[in-house]
Amino acid sequence: MNYIYDLHRTMMTQKLILVYEGDFTQETTKSILSMAERNLDSSGEDSGIKRKVFNVMVEALQNIVKHSSEQGLQAGSLISKSAIFLISKDDNRYCVMTGNPIMKDRVGKLTQNLNDLNARDKEGLKEMYKDIIKNTQISEKGGAGLGFVDMARKSGEKLEFTFESMDQSHDFFCLKVNISREKE
Amino acid sequence: MEILNLKGTEDTPNIILDKKNGIFEISGRSLPEDSAEFYRPVIEWINGYAKEANPATEFVFKLEYFNTASSKLILDVLSALEEIKSMKILWYFHDDDEDMEEAGQEFSELVEIPFEFKTY
Repeated sequence: MNYIYDLHRTMMTQKLILVYEGDFTQETTKSILSMAERNLDSSGEDSGIKRKVFNVMVEALQNIVKHSSEQGLQAGSLISKSAIFLISKDDNRYCVMTGNPIMKDRVGKLTQNLNDLNARDKEGLKEMYKDIIKNTQISEKGGAGLGFVDMARKSGEKLEFTFESMDQSHDFFCLKVNISREKE
Repeated sequence: MEILNLKGTEDTPNIILDKKNGIFEISGRSLPEDSAEFYRPVIEWINGYAKEANPATEFVFKLEYFNTASSKLILDVLSALEEIKSMKILWYFHDDDEDMEEAGQEFSELVEIPFEFKTY
């Protein structure tokens, strides 16, 4: 049972305040949000920073919910439904992190989208947001294609991401969104 | 016209649309799982109201938080309101919530309706 202590130590050294692994639905999203919100409230965090963290959490969680239901339909396998959500907090910032399997054939497009976002400044992201909201219909999964743009805007920093190969057809997509605790 | 009254929940806003008493308000949090489904009756109500609107309408948005899927539907609500004469939007934001203020400004740039900004 050493892994329990290992996991505990990892959480302490990485300063993780919340980790959730498993199936993601709107119900789990609501539970995670309310847990994280209680944590932010009890630590007396600045309300502006609290709102930004909450905002990024919602988009990150709903991205996984939408995405895992799509993948579930396609693959019907257990691997496609399981994902991880983490929040860390240190003196300088919060990090909202997600990890979920995606089909390898989608990696190229996603990388391109995220690189495109990261190449833009504040004004560029605002233009992109307005452009998408004006010209896009809500997809069947209820997404407006705005989640990453909004996370980048609320974060004010580049979105960090990696892909780890899982098997022949899947990569594990890891995303990290930083939210500074310094007031602007 | 029937009053549309949706009680707010942890992931859906409180909505009151009451022609007789001149109350039109969307407030609270909006992060429903299916935003298109949630806002459908609201947009239908507004389309009905457009045919027999009061001489002037002040429509209140007092949102604490909304997700990106809702933002698309809020734009659809505003586009429906755009068709109504003497329409004015009262956009409330918490006095330290710059993001909500900016969101209102962005919406105001996307539709041809006067916006008045107010803090609470």
